[in-house]
Amino acid sequence: MHSGIVISQTDSRPMYLQIMEQVKQRVAVGEWAPGDEIPSIRQLAVALRVSVITIKRAYLELEREGVIVTQQGKGSIVAPDAALSPRLYDEEFREHVEKVARLGELLGLTSEEIARRTKEAAKKLGEERMNEGRMAEAGAAKEIV
Amino acid sequence: MNELAVRFDGVSKRYKHFSLESIHLELPTGSIMGFIGANGAGKSTTIRILMGLVHQDAGSVQVLGHAMPAEQATAKLDIGFVSEDMRLYGPATLEWHMKFMRRIYPRWDQKYAEELTRRFDLKAEQKIKGLSHGQRVKAALLLALARRPRLLVLDEPTTGLDPVARVEVLGELMAALADEERTILFSSHNTLDVEQISDQITFIDRGRIIDSDDKERFLDRWRRLRLVLPPDVEVPRLPGVVQVGGSGRLPVLTTDRFEPAMVSVCNELGVAVQAVDTMTLEEIFVANVHSRRERMTA
Repeated sequence: MHSGIVISQTDSRPMYLQIMEQVKQRVAVGEWAPGDEIPSIRQLAVALRVSVITIKRAYLELEREGVIVTQQGKGSIVAPDAALSPRLYDEEFREHVEKVARLGELLGLTSEEIARRTKEAAKKLGEERMNEGRMAEAGAAKEIV
Repeated sequence: MNELAVRFDGVSKRYKHFSLESIHLELPTGSIMGFIGANGAGKSTTIRILMGLVHQDAGSVQVLGHAMPAEQATAKLDIGFVSEDMRLYGPATLEWHMKFMRRIYPRWDQKYAEELTRRFDLKAEQKIKGLSHGQRVKAALLLALARRPRLLVLDEPTTGLDPVARVEVLGELMAALADEERTILFSSHNTLDVEQISDQITFIDRGRIIDSDDKERFLDRWRRLRLVLPPDVEVPRLPGVVQVGGSGRLPVLTTDRFEPAMVSVCNELGVAVQAVDTMTLEEIFVANVHSRRERMTA
């Protein structure tokens, strides 16, 4: 099974985190479906040319987070948990919010100011979506005419 | 499996201008150890002792369950050794070398040898003297790998290789490890290679082992903390700090015993932690060597 996982040398995060993130993305987009068998630790180590201990660490953490299940002597599978994808996105969202809070603190913003700007960004995105919708509608209307 | 493929216990060797001092080393079966040191740190001497090529003055060396150097003849049937100064026979072809190895080693795997010839982009009918440095290294590695040894010992296997050849060589080392019974020890001053494929990492400097641990723990333990001190507050005393850099109110601490709790300790003292940086193996190695050397001269 070709994993398609790519390790970046310029990414400052530890390799095990990069591997975890990419496995989670594959699960989140449904490329690796619940119950699917995933590469064994050694297989992935050989394929990525990354030490066994690093993959082991990534798999252990993924198991702790409930993304995969490792059965003794049988290898690992994607956890048969239907609500997995939203949860993974939720986690990513939380990480980004934390980053926003940290950057805000560095800039000396109050938490009200951080909240206000976040709200503004959400509002702007909503307006863009509406415009897109209106344009698509207009396009469709033109075709009908 | 907790079996050790290599075990050094209190090994010393004295030369006129250099000495190895009480080396302890443990390499579990099925793993890769990267052995890092500056030039002249003692990497090659340690490897030569492991191979029984140099006899230690004191201490015991066990390799695949055999005492070295006493049982080196038996041990060597199962060890593949490649070093920079290893000479292949120039006027002969790679094929001649392969036939030679096949006669000596009963486990020689001809099919694997041919596969490696292709993957390493070598030609069996080419004479050794016509090969480039990189091709010679790959040829030597092929001759060692196709014996299917239980232990591979490689002295600077990636030094002087171009990027493509390096990736090929690292890939084959990892492929050899697909079998859980095999073990690899390789020395390098290329910390990037070591960081990528090693399970265990050992630092050696001036004839002493200065640190040895599993890679994940190694990378987890070392952090650089960027702090912002309020006026008239001293740099907090944190465990394992080996270096204090940065400027007066913006100190940068390097610790080898990082715990996430350190951040809250700083915050309680009114010190803001601006960033907790991970470090590359190269940065860790350099910080480690510097702090040890300073301590020794202090």
